Amino acid sequence: MSNYPAGDRGFLGDPKAPGFLGWIFSTDHKRIGLLYFWAIVTFFCVGVLLGLLLRLELFSPGVDFMSAQTYNATFTLHGVIMIFLFIIPGIPAAFGNLIMPIQIGARDVAFPRLNLLSWWLYMIGALLAITSLFTGGGPPDTGWTFYVPFSTQTASNASLALFAVFIIGFSSILTGINFVTTIHRMRTTGMGWFRMPLFTWSLYATAWIQILATPVLAITVSLVMVERLLGIGLFNPTQGGDPVMYQHLFWIYSHPAVYIMVLPGMGVVSDIIPVFARKPAFGYKAIVVSSLAIAFAGSLVWGHHMYTSGMSDNAVLLFSFLTFVVAIPSAIKVFNWVTTLYKGSIALDPPLLYALSFVLLFSIGGLSGLVLGAASADVHVHDTHFVVGHFHYVMFGGAGFAFFAAMHYWLPKIYGRIYSKKLATIAWGFMFVGFNLLYLTMQIVGVKGMPRRYYNYLPEFTDLNRLATVGSWVLAIGLVIMFANLFHSVLRGTPVGPNPWGGASLEWQIPSPPPTDNFGENDPVVTHGPYDFKEAGIL
Amino acid sequence: MTPHLHKDYVGAKFGMWLFLFTELILFGGLFILYAVYLSRYPAAFIAAGAELDLRFGAANTLILLTSSLFVALSITALRLGKTRQSLWLLAATVASALLFLVNKFFEWSAKIQHGLYPASPELQAREIGETVYFNLYYLTTGLHGLHVLIGAVVIVWVMVFIRQQKVHRDDWVILENAGLYWHLVDLIWIFLFPLYYLVL
Ligand code: HEM
Repeated sequence: MSNYPAGDRGFLGDPKAPGFLGWIFSTDHKRIGLLYFWAIVTFFCVGVLLGLLLRLELFSPGVDFMSAQTYNATFTLHGVIMIFLFIIPGIPAAFGNLIMPIQIGARDVAFPRLNLLSWWLYMIGALLAITSLFTGGGPPDTGWTFYVPFSTQTASNASLALFAVFIIGFSSILTGINFVTTIHRMRTTGMGWFRMPLFTWSLYATAWIQILATPVLAITVSLVMVERLLGIGLFNPTQGGDPVMYQHLFWIYSHPAVYIMVLPGMGVVSDIIPVFARKPAFGYKAIVVSSLAIAFAGSLVWGHHMYTSGMSDNAVLLFSFLTFVVAIPSAIKVFNWVTTLYKGSIALDPPLLYALSFVLLFSIGGLSGLVLGAASADVHVHDTHFVVGHFHYVMFGGAGFAFFAAMHYWLPKIYGRIYSKKLATIAWGFMFVGFNLLYLTMQIVGVKGMPRRYYNYLPEFTDLNRLATVGSWVLAIGLVIMFANLFHSVLRGTPVGPNPWGGASLEWQIPSPPPTDNFGENDPVVTHGPYDFKEAGIL
Repeated sequence: MTPHLHKDYVGAKFGMWLFLFTELILFGGLFILYAVYLSRYPAAFIAAGAELDLRFGAANTLILLTSSLFVALSITALRLGKTRQSLWLLAATVASALLFLVNKFFEWSAKIQHGLYPASPELQAREIGETVYFNLYYLTTGLHGLHVLIGAVVIVWVMVFIRQQKVHRDDWVILENAGLYWHLVDLIWIFLFPLYYLVL
């Protein structure tokens, strides 16, 4: 359990794969994880800048500095980047690759070369998405949902953006296949299913959704491309098609996709809370089962995005009911996390701080989701800023904060250096305040009737919009401090040992940064559960 | 890269099966559209379905089923060490794939000559449900044809591997996975054939 001699940087400085090429052609899961991580963080920063621009335009009614068309293109790009380049690959592709194989005592994923291919596809997709801004008819302006008939008729370059989504989807499928196979086949001796850390469990559930739902997205965007390029329109009413079928197929993927976004975040939080409460996870099996239940039930609720699109009342009723059902496993997890904390000996370090904000913000997002899930209420707030506030709470407050928690929890492991805890806490304070100022206000102004996807609004919404925009600045300050602190730590942080937080799962038993082959000559033998701090000799 | 690279056959096949699921679901999107539009335009679908030539469809079904047999036999041959025989059987599979595509080409050309192609004046004169039917027909069989092509390329690629001794009697999981993929291509056709040619 000792660390290296000074100067040895583990997989970061593997002498067998030197230089830039040694990174971009590496099949080491940790290097691929870091490639993803840095790409994802970059796209996130771009997405945030676009979000800030949107908020700036909304500072006062009328045109401030963006025309309607520019605003449309900007929120489309913001949405596409945040969804397809940040939050869907976010935790699974970056931290899943970095940590999951180590957590189950494996040397790598089941198909290392396929893993590298996934990263390449992801980067190619990202490049295509960026290219679509400058070619053809200009930046796509359809919103990230690409609804027909607009997406088949707009003169902007939607085809390339759709193709980019197709490629990124393919990358996501391959990662899913890789993770399910890895978790089935590569667990080390003694790593039974119910000794897996909850983070790995959540990735397992996520990977199944990636495998089963993403192909539907692939065929759906392909059909839109086919209509744009060949004129064969299966969703085109003049050819007998039905545009609402597009929405069905799109949400058959994209609703499960929101669980691709949030389940890994729940896994991160489930791993962090026991470590900082110094207590085994309460209801381990309930958390596992609820992950699988979310994955399953989550694929049956796509219709709640379409209450106002024209469905039969019976379908609306059914989808509404099922939506309430999915809330149950999510709530089970919240109770489990809170109970884990109960009478724990809590160390309020930055990872826990971010994890706790996840629990709170996700709960707010989830509860406002129930408002939207109830068909009668949804009809009134559909397509307002209430919805925008809601999904930022679950995606940003939920999955996004979980990503931040994962950074503060695992980056010291990966780089062997730790950040300033004080700065991390200050950054958290700014972000937490700014976040709520921004999105709670957006929800309020939404309930008052401000629609989404408009660059303009009625004068009576001015004050609330100003407040939200100020909130976005506070949030941005927090983000800058947080990233500066982390980046500085990667280069110059205080060196840490193998187990800075006192975790009992396998990743804490090897040096930081981990060696290329993780466990060296001998595979580890697991004799206790991932949160058995007594058995692990930590308590 | 890793010194401990060991081959996990079960894992490799497991991964392949997962991939096959994704392919099924990809076509699943088109099957859903078929179901919905069939229930919306039953009469037009029946009228349009009668236009397809059962002989082309049946011939292609036979060709694909036989090619699946060839692949299965080639795996057995390779495992018994009969490399040459295995290669011939794979060549026969690729030949069947090409035959299938040629057949498809003639079928499509005949349809197009009759003015039955998306947005054709002939179709526009008819009931709109027939347009939907032919849109679906061309897209679904087109996507399937693309898979036939991909499958053939994969098999040629495995043949090269066999020639290079990278795939041989003690290490044949790549061939088996290629075979699985080919069976999938076959299987999807087994569903397309009745849906478009028989039941209507
Ligand atoms: C500082 C951070 C952010 C700010 C200021 C921000 C702001 C905004 C604003 C103002 C809109 C457009 C509202 C409208 O007119 O309809 C928007 C839309 C959106 N945001 Fe953000 N956002 C931020 C971060 C995020 C994050 C982290 C995610 C995802 C994880 C995200 C996902 C989205 C999506 C999916 C849309 C919808 C785009 C569409 O309508 O097609 N945002 N955001």
